[in-house]
Amino acid sequence: MGPQMGFRPVNEVTFDKRMTVDEIIGQLHDGMTIGIGGWGPRRKPMALVRAILRSPLRDLTIVAYGGADVGMLCAAGKVKKLIFGFVSLDAIPLEPYFRKAREGGQLPDILELDEGMLQWGLKAAALQLPFLPTRVGLGTDIATYGKFETVKSPYADGEVLLAMPALKLDAALIHVHRADQRGNVQALGPDTYYDEWFAKAAAKTYVSAEEVVERMDKSYPEDAKANIFERCFVTGVVEIPQGAHPTSLPPSYGWDMAQFKAYAASAGEEGGWDRYMAEVIGPDEAHYMAAIGGAEAVSKLPLPIF
Amino acid sequence: MSVSDCSLAELLIVACSEAWRGNGEVVATGIGPVPRLGASLAKLTHTPQLMMTDGEAFLVEDPVPIGPRGYNDRKAAGYLPFSRFFDSAVWTGRRHAMVTPTQIDRFGQTNLSYLGGTYAQPKTQMLGARGFPGNSIYHINSMFVPFHSKRTFVEGEVDMVSSVGYNPARRPAGANFSGVDLRVIVTNLCVMDFGGKDHAIRVISLHPGVTIDQVHEATGFALQVDGDLPTTPLPTDDQLAIIARLDPHNWRASVIKGNPPAIAKETVA
Repeated sequence: MGPQMGFRPVNEVTFDKRMTVDEIIGQLHDGMTIGIGGWGPRRKPMALVRAILRSPLRDLTIVAYGGADVGMLCAAGKVKKLIFGFVSLDAIPLEPYFRKAREGGQLPDILELDEGMLQWGLKAAALQLPFLPTRVGLGTDIATYGKFETVKSPYADGEVLLAMPALKLDAALIHVHRADQRGNVQALGPDTYYDEWFAKAAAKTYVSAEEVVERMDKSYPEDAKANIFERCFVTGVVEIPQGAHPTSLPPSYGWDMAQFKAYAASAGEEGGWDRYMAEVIGPDEAHYMAAIGGAEAVSKLPLPIF
Repeated sequence: MSVSDCSLAELLIVACSEAWRGNGEVVATGIGPVPRLGASLAKLTHTPQLMMTDGEAFLVEDPVPIGPRGYNDRKAAGYLPFSRFFDSAVWTGRRHAMVTPTQIDRFGQTNLSYLGGTYAQPKTQMLGARGFPGNSIYHINSMFVPFHSKRTFVEGEVDMVSSVGYNPARRPAGANFSGVDLRVIVTNLCVMDFGGKDHAIRVISLHPGVTIDQVHEATGFALQVDGDLPTTPLPTDDQLAIIARLDPHNWRASVIKGNPPAIAKETVA
């Protein structure tokens, strides 16, 4: 029997947004614009990024406050265009593979943004506006190379402002501590960066979580303020413990500086990326976790001090 | 440890701290050990109204020491994560940041994006503009340069203008640049401000033993100099004690090559 007016089909009454990593990757396509949550070396959905590295996906436009996510996707030749506020590993200021791709001419198509402009563009997309006005970027080469247009205030002040276009995402990838089967998420830790706006700017948002429970209200009702965006913005959830490694996920684990250093060193070696891809990233997450020392080692990574 | 054998880095920390004097309730952000210690020193001595973060997400009233320490040593008085930094600190103008750009030109425009080559294929890719465009059009900014040279203070314009300066040719008609407020540049040779003609960069003090000729030779553009220049003050014992407490691992010793004394040995005798 077909769906009745106003009601979902019976088999969708108990809805469940759990997906496998392969199912998530299967919903991504060549040429898509994909936003990646987190900030530099912090709280990145790295297991989902690794799944893209292992997939045939290509010609992606990546939008990010970038770290090793951007560097690895550049190294693997996945990135056609990069829209970024910065790309850095903090303690290793210059991301090695991003730098290599840029200086080698493999990544000529970029849109470099001020950090604030990036979140402003995500907010425009989230609010279904064509642009949001700002002073930011005026007087700099960010405006020159970004070819941004200006608008004039229609009010008495007549101020000329830069029109930051909406950064609409086909998909967003985000990693949090907890999710439930309906797509409720909880991000703990001191900062959730702009993940809320990546989720709301995206047509589809896929969330990996350290833990996926059946019902958040039955497991962690006391942490409801950690629900950084509502479940209507979540398409799929998947449980991937240590899914942010080698980036930090406070309070659960810090970043893995030894792993960042090994990764950075590989950029200076002949065939370094192919070797890193084969030996560390490997064919699946089981290989990866074994290669980096196992789940328990990740849980013991000290939280970074700033 | 006495004042007479303090390091140049310690003198620079004190010079940096002066940048925030009397700023009131703004977020003092110092990027790198010397600016950060300068901001902390400012808050602990002359300008307690300053607001500071622990470098992560919390506002603290006791500035956190730099380098390894316990994760929970910070005592949070408030909350200022990146997720509300633009709303609360930057786009409201309630901040004074001191940063170290890779290039600075005569207009005070800076570059943190790339060196040489083109936007499509730079010779040297750097971080990207980060928050420089927004910082520079909205709030007070100062700069710290640990090695004063023509590589930093370039002859022409910077390779990519990452932050707004006082270049009229770069300002679209009708736009509002009233928030641009560049204060001081502290280098290993001198302190400069933007108090020259049409905001030209002007030398306001020389560090002990440094001549104005040395500064001119290390700068790619003309600097304004008004009359006789004072010598940048040495730290006091109290300031040195606070600096030592805020930098227990002595990171300041690695900021300036060779960690020279504030007063060169030959001039002490």
